[in-house]
Amino acid sequence: MIEIRDLSKWYGDFQVLKSCTLSIAPGEVVVVCGPSGSGKSTLIKCVNGLEPFEKGEIVVDGFKVARADELKRLRTRIGMVFQSLELYPHLTALDNICLAPRVVLERNRGEAESRARALLARVGLQEHAAKFPAQLSGGQQQRVAIARSLAMDPVVMLFDEPTSALDPEMIKEVLDVMTDLAREGMTMIVVTHEMGFARRVADRIIFMDEGEIVEAKSPEQFFTAPESERARAFLSKILDH
Amino acid sequence: MGPLDPDVVWRNIPYLWEGLKLSFLLAAMAIAGGIFFGSFMALARMSRFAPVAWLAAGYVNFFRSVPLILVIFWIYFLVPLLLGRATGPFVSAVVAFTLFETAYYCEIIRAGLQSIPRGQVHAGISTGMSRFQAMRHIVAPQAFRNMAPILLTQSIILFQDTSLVYVVTLRDFMTNASTVANQELRLVELYLFAAVVYFTICFTGSRFVNRMGGRFGR
Repeated sequence: MIEIRDLSKWYGDFQVLKSCTLSIAPGEVVVVCGPSGSGKSTLIKCVNGLEPFEKGEIVVDGFKVARADELKRLRTRIGMVFQSLELYPHLTALDNICLAPRVVLERNRGEAESRARALLARVGLQEHAAKFPAQLSGGQQQRVAIARSLAMDPVVMLFDEPTSALDPEMIKEVLDVMTDLAREGMTMIVVTHEMGFARRVADRIIFMDEGEIVEAKSPEQFFTAPESERARAFLSKILDH
Repeated sequence: MGPLDPDVVWRNIPYLWEGLKLSFLLAAMAIAGGIFFGSFMALARMSRFAPVAWLAAGYVNFFRSVPLILVIFWIYFLVPLLLGRATGPFVSAVVAFTLFETAYYCEIIRAGLQSIPRGQVHAGISTGMSRFQAMRHIVAPQAFRNMAPILLTQSIILFQDTSLVYVVTLRDFMTNASTVANQELRLVELYLFAAVVYFTICFTGSRFVNRMGGRFGR
């Protein structure tokens, strides 16, 4: 479903990604973890072309991430959820979800809205359709953001630290929605520090450090027997507290 | 100087009203033109194509560095020389105000557009929207809400500045008030009346500005 081959990217002289190679099967859930500044977010932003890259190749669902005209079509097939939520503050929850289907897919209002209501129900927010983002909690906003991505019927979902900006009591409701999505067979790449989620839901864990993919293992192997010193150091920092 | 004679104002109301209508018309055309061209100028200033951005920046810095009255003079005296025919004071005033105000509206609109976080655009284009669609449906509505009070404030200043067109013999409100004042030798009454009219219009406008703003869904 997603093929990343020999991907490298530079910010000026600084190399953020170093020959990353990764292959993700349909329905697979991959969690990407690693210290901050290790290139995790940059890696997934390359997958939908939000970040340009200088070297290597990414193929999603048979399409190369490169040419501008193909990129737009490709992005309708790749949902993305951001750390900073990024709901549109001037639109209600319902209109947030309807905007892209109406503008990009040219669906009519009735069709887009009935689909949006179904998606709101799916993330447990059917009562909040008419509310503006400022009237919703962070966790509710992030669930609307997930619904908004799903409205485009993506085949892949990218999550860029979806719970990092949330208060602790709201993290679970977002992770629950993501868990359901994973169980339904969505192909997902999730950048997160939620190791409990990674252990329960991920098929594979990618550990990145300094722009490199250092390990790619099943959660079982990664948590019990990390190979590299860097992964061991990282795990000891985030697990032992 | 004798006691105030309010009757001199009422006798001349039709003439003064003609002047006020011209002031309003000029201001309305300059506001519409300034915001229209200012929007494109703002997009040009934000262009990723450097020469376009430089040209737009040059335009803005130039017009913000010269007095408006000078621009009015130039357009009135120089454009007929270039075109080889007279353009008339009203047309040249509209052109001068539009050129000048475009620079100011450009900066207001640019600041408004740039006040919206980049993540909002990313959210839009990650659902397959083009940059233009994201600008139109996501950035512009939010930016407009942020900049509306400043746009209105600038428009109030513009309305006050229309009084400068006396230099090209246009009969705006201020010019007509001045003419009556000199003909009737009633300077105090007419200039007091003019002050009250400008104050009422502009103060009403600024009260309106104060009531604008606030956040979405609050």
